Amino acid sequence: MNHGTRNLLLYIGGLVVLNGLMTALGLWTSYWWAGLFINFVLIVLIAEQVGRRVPARHKTAYERALAIGFPILLLIAWELLVRGGVLNARWFPPPTRIGAALWDLTISYDKFSETSLLGRPWLIPQRLATEGWPGVAALFAESHVWATLGRVFAGFLIGAIPGVFLGMIMGMNKTVRLMLDTTMSAIYVLPKIAIFPIVMLIFANPFGEGPKIAVVAISAFFLVAINTMVGVRDIDPVYIMAGKNYGANRWQMFRHVIFPAALPVIFAGLRLALGTALIVIVAIEFIRAKKGVGFMTFYYWEIMVTDKMYAGLFVVMALGVILTFGLEWIGRRLMPWMRE
Amino acid sequence: MAPKIIARNVGKVYETRRGQVEALVDFSLEVEEGEFVCIVGPSGCGKSTFLRILAGLEPLTSGEYAIAPGDDPNKPLNNVVFQEYAIFPWKTVLENVAFGLQMRSVSKRERTAIAMDWLERVGLRKFADHYPGQISGGMKQRVSIARALANDPEVLLMDEPLGALDAQTRTVMQEELMRIWEETRKTVVYITHSIEESVFLGDRVVLMTAHPGTIKEIFPVDLPRPRSHKTTATPAYAELTYAIWQSLQGEVMRAMQEQQA
Repeated sequence: MNHGTRNLLLYIGGLVVLNGLMTALGLWTSYWWAGLFINFVLIVLIAEQVGRRVPARHKTAYERALAIGFPILLLIAWELLVRGGVLNARWFPPPTRIGAALWDLTISYDKFSETSLLGRPWLIPQRLATEGWPGVAALFAESHVWATLGRVFAGFLIGAIPGVFLGMIMGMNKTVRLMLDTTMSAIYVLPKIAIFPIVMLIFANPFGEGPKIAVVAISAFFLVAINTMVGVRDIDPVYIMAGKNYGANRWQMFRHVIFPAALPVIFAGLRLALGTALIVIVAIEFIRAKKGVGFMTFYYWEIMVTDKMYAGLFVVMALGVILTFGLEWIGRRLMPWMRE
Repeated sequence: MAPKIIARNVGKVYETRRGQVEALVDFSLEVEEGEFVCIVGPSGCGKSTFLRILAGLEPLTSGEYAIAPGDDPNKPLNNVVFQEYAIFPWKTVLENVAFGLQMRSVSKRERTAIAMDWLERVGLRKFADHYPGQISGGMKQRVSIARALANDPEVLLMDEPLGALDAQTRTVMQEELMRIWEETRKTVVYITHSIEESVFLGDRVVLMTAHPGTIKEIFPVDLPRPRSHKTTATPAYAELTYAIWQSLQGEVMRAMQEQQA
């Protein structure tokens, strides 16, 4: 038996003994933090030993197993800590209960607030038959997820498109940049939720969709504009020289050199802006909304149904992941040269 | 026959916050049609500045220069092969080579045909649909050279085009460059800091002084063409290389001292 194998067995043995002893002696309640820490260290050591034995052609699979396996392990630990009475189930409902709450939210309809999570898509054929398209629209309108997504998309598009435009101009024209840079940097750091009250006053219907979308748009606008400006300014001047030397006119220079050269940084900005849009809309829905994932999360906090509150948080995270993946997919389509 | 390129008393002064910096002083040079002229000098002597002035990418402060147009007025006067390749990472190899033609609104079919022909000549036909990120440094520089030649300029300006390559790739590329040049016999101004390279490639070697840059000496290269690396094994090659080094040595020392001061 070589050195490495002995170590591996030692760590696995340590893991079994540690958890066995802690459970047998009832040490988890007082020393759960130390238990989790030592468990974590041992798991890292075991994973590294295992990693050394994985043949090179299975390296990718091993790395993926770590990336997916560890979060699952965390969820299992959470579940066990609650079941063992170490964590209070009222504040930290176990993942299985959160999962059940999520399922419950998905299939049920809340008569009191006249909302559902996804808008009950299985009713679409029936509604289409009885009420036509207005019936289907009504289903969408009752959905928290679609309400949030609608606000994010509308705000993001309204903010990002002019943002790219202004950023391009600021990147290319020094006068405009000098005039606007200070102001932009100042507004950039301002938490956009802080301007929500004033935006509400500007709109005819302060409680409607207008102010919510506007604040999302403003958040996206500054992020995208500043990133686009940086992207344009960081273009290697040799590309501009090459464009000029090969006879590109102003429009050709923009279309064939400046825009594609800045595109990767522009997309980094769009990604940031999309994440921020989601953060801002959830915060706004906490404060003032009758629908939306943020509203739903806050509502279940207010009535102390914590497992559904956690389910709401999970939906927010899932939306963030899906939106980011979608944007990256579009990015890969637009920038085939960035693929390895 | 009138010279292809005439530069008379070209001077360049950079305005900086700390005052004026003279990069180029009283630089006069004539290049014949079909001639391959190499400019050698210590780093920072303004040789690249001169090339950019010729390319119209930088204004000059004093003097004048002209590139004689050819019979076809639609042909560009010059194109540059940059040291950092400067081929566009977001365009495929084929699109890069066809870039100059596309800017001049040559139809897609025609420019693709011309670009494919040049890719064939530099041995990159198979890589037409690759992006620059997927090919090696030597191949990138071949794309860059093909891009310039596909555009068929009156003169070709090369700014240390092989400077970023490793020594072995560089040797291979020098021979390849000679082979392509023999086919086209274009007028070339070639900037390099390598004496060996300048003697191997050029019809004349123009040696520049250190900062501020001007011409120190011009060496005609009487080695027979077509040249291959066998040329570098001849006594004539060795003698000329040594003579240029003797002349350059003092300038390099001065440039180094100036940088330390």
